[in-house]
Amino acid sequence: MSREEVFSRLNEVFRDVFDDESITVTDATTADDIEEWDSLEHINLLAAVEQEFGMKFNMGQVVSMKNVGEMADIIISQTE
Amino acid sequence: MRELEYPFDSEYILKKSKRLKRELLESGTGFLVKKIAVLGGSTTHDIVRILEVFLLNRGIQPVFYESEYAQYFQDVMFDNPSLTEFAPDLIYIHTSNRNIAGYPRVSDSLEQIDAMLEEQYEHFRVMWDKIADKYHCPVVQNNFEYPFYRILGNQEAVYAQGRISFINRLNEKFYQYAREHEDFYVNDINYISAAYGLDKWADPFYWHMYKYAMCMQAIPEFAYNLSNIIKAVFGKNKKSLVLDLDNTLWGGVVGDDGVENLEIGQETSMGQVYSEFQGYLKAQQDIGVMLNVNSKNEYDNAVAGLNHPDGILRPGDFILIKANWEPKSRNIAAIAEEMNVLPDSLVFVDDNPAERDIVGTQIPGVAVPEIGTPEQYIRVLDHAGFFEVTSLSEDDRKRNEMYKANIERQKQQQSFGDYREYLLSLEMKGTIRPFEAVYMARIAQLTNKSNQFNLTTRRYTQSDIERFAGSDEYITRYGKLEDKFGDNGVVSVVIGRKDNTDKILHLELWLMSCRVLKRDMEYAMMDSMVQACRECGLEAMIGYYYPTAKNAMVSRFYDTMGFAKIDEGEDGSTVWRFNIPDRYEKKNTVIEVAK
Repeated sequence: MSREEVFSRLNEVFRDVFDDESITVTDATTADDIEEWDSLEHINLLAAVEQEFGMKFNMGQVVSMKNVGEMADIIISQTE
Repeated sequence: MRELEYPFDSEYILKKSKRLKRELLESGTGFLVKKIAVLGGSTTHDIVRILEVFLLNRGIQPVFYESEYAQYFQDVMFDNPSLTEFAPDLIYIHTSNRNIAGYPRVSDSLEQIDAMLEEQYEHFRVMWDKIADKYHCPVVQNNFEYPFYRILGNQEAVYAQGRISFINRLNEKFYQYAREHEDFYVNDINYISAAYGLDKWADPFYWHMYKYAMCMQAIPEFAYNLSNIIKAVFGKNKKSLVLDLDNTLWGGVVGDDGVENLEIGQETSMGQVYSEFQGYLKAQQDIGVMLNVNSKNEYDNAVAGLNHPDGILRPGDFILIKANWEPKSRNIAAIAEEMNVLPDSLVFVDDNPAERDIVGTQIPGVAVPEIGTPEQYIRVLDHAGFFEVTSLSEDDRKRNEMYKANIERQKQQQSFGDYREYLLSLEMKGTIRPFEAVYMARIAQLTNKSNQFNLTTRRYTQSDIERFAGSDEYITRYGKLEDKFGDNGVVSVVIGRKDNTDKILHLELWLMSCRVLKRDMEYAMMDSMVQACRECGLEAMIGYYYPTAKNAMVSRFYDTMGFAKIDEGEDGSTVWRFNIPDRYEKKNTVIEVAK
């Protein structure tokens, strides 16, 4: 799966979860950039990402993930 | 909303809850607003988020109070002012086995374990008692689910030292408390976690990362089950199943295949599936669910099918059997009308998606579950929770008989020329008295269920009802009606608040069950209220009518009772006055009311 494809699918997930069609995520996007993205919504977001890509994050990955770029890296490494 | 009916797609709901909520709120439904305090022993954020959409879908708009993380005990015991101020209509305590503070060890003696059990139970009991004392509102309390590992392996439940044994005993104490206290309901997460799959449910990732008692994906099923209890407490249960016959109650088409070729009974696997389903439906009658038939069939064929020697349901188990070639939507409307219930209290069960679609679109409010294939029928109907039991009342058990007696009465009515003559022939006996302890539960239930013959549509909990009964400020009356066909139970409730300065009684609630419409019971209640006012030296009664989507039938009720209109609001609400005359002629002449 190409990085572009991962980002386009991630974008859809973000829009669904936050019910906001104006969201566009990039490598550098973090929770600070999306108003509703707090630590509680983060859980739901990750569950939706896992479902979209048919994979699971482990605890270590969740704890160290810094931005959407790193999220995409993990998705690519686990779905290859 | 289809997406929120069981069986549902949990991941879809988790992802789209915000949009679902928005759409529900924009739908124009008239919601019942309820304040719900969620007191958690673990994280509750997503539980509240998902519970909200399920409740909205059932016509309840929740306003939530959420305790700070794991503060369930402190909030109650130390009177958190924000909770007190919130004044909840219902308190939900979301605890799990992660909140059990101490478990037995293998080296502990039985006495030590008993003491430990008592200590864990007391922690909860003092909190429940405090809630009952301070908040007077219904409480929903989780039981405990099993742990995801077993130190003693298969002997965990055998020895008192095992955690499963400990949890079973603690749960039993919770159940005991529930049996002994009104308005206290157990949310059985032990069952729900088992049905979901304990290993997945208890995924430690969600506890250690976010302090959730269960995995994220289990939250919709968990919250749906919880919403079943809450909607039942607030009077939103369904009342009746309307069943198709061919390929729903038996395999095959009775008109084409003949009775002898239907699949029902122990001969074939399919026959066994349908037998189990019929047995499940028969058992629903015991909790007060009424059964009806809605089938495209010749009537005689339908009855012949129901008389199949290996069948479990019999023609006599149904209140109404509509077997004809009318559209099923028309039959459903007729069933609702003849039973005097609203369509939204019916559940239509049909294997044919096209029939479900017609009924679902033509008669809004009727539940039309996607019941799947025959071997799934029971699970879908059962887990959907249409008829969630909150307490076992005598009335529920007798409801089927009562409605059947009603249909008999209607048949008789047709053979009388004069209506009064018919009413007299019913040999009705009424009991009208101030609220009494044995009927408190039924009275509260009526205030939450009655929509049509209800002047103010005020909903009360059992604690409210008990408070009115015990107060000098109120005049309360319940009415019970019996006739030669059977006992209708408590069918009417009136609550009046006394204004001793102006010598006026304000009628805050006047309702009657539609099962006794046109029996003159309302006149008997009126007579009793006039009598009560006399005894208290009151000079007038003021009645209020507040219009809702469902109570148009009583908009002129006070007029009929001889009240004069004294005020009218822009929203259609009206205020009426009745001066207690020196000489009052009783309006009821057909019911013999016991002294």
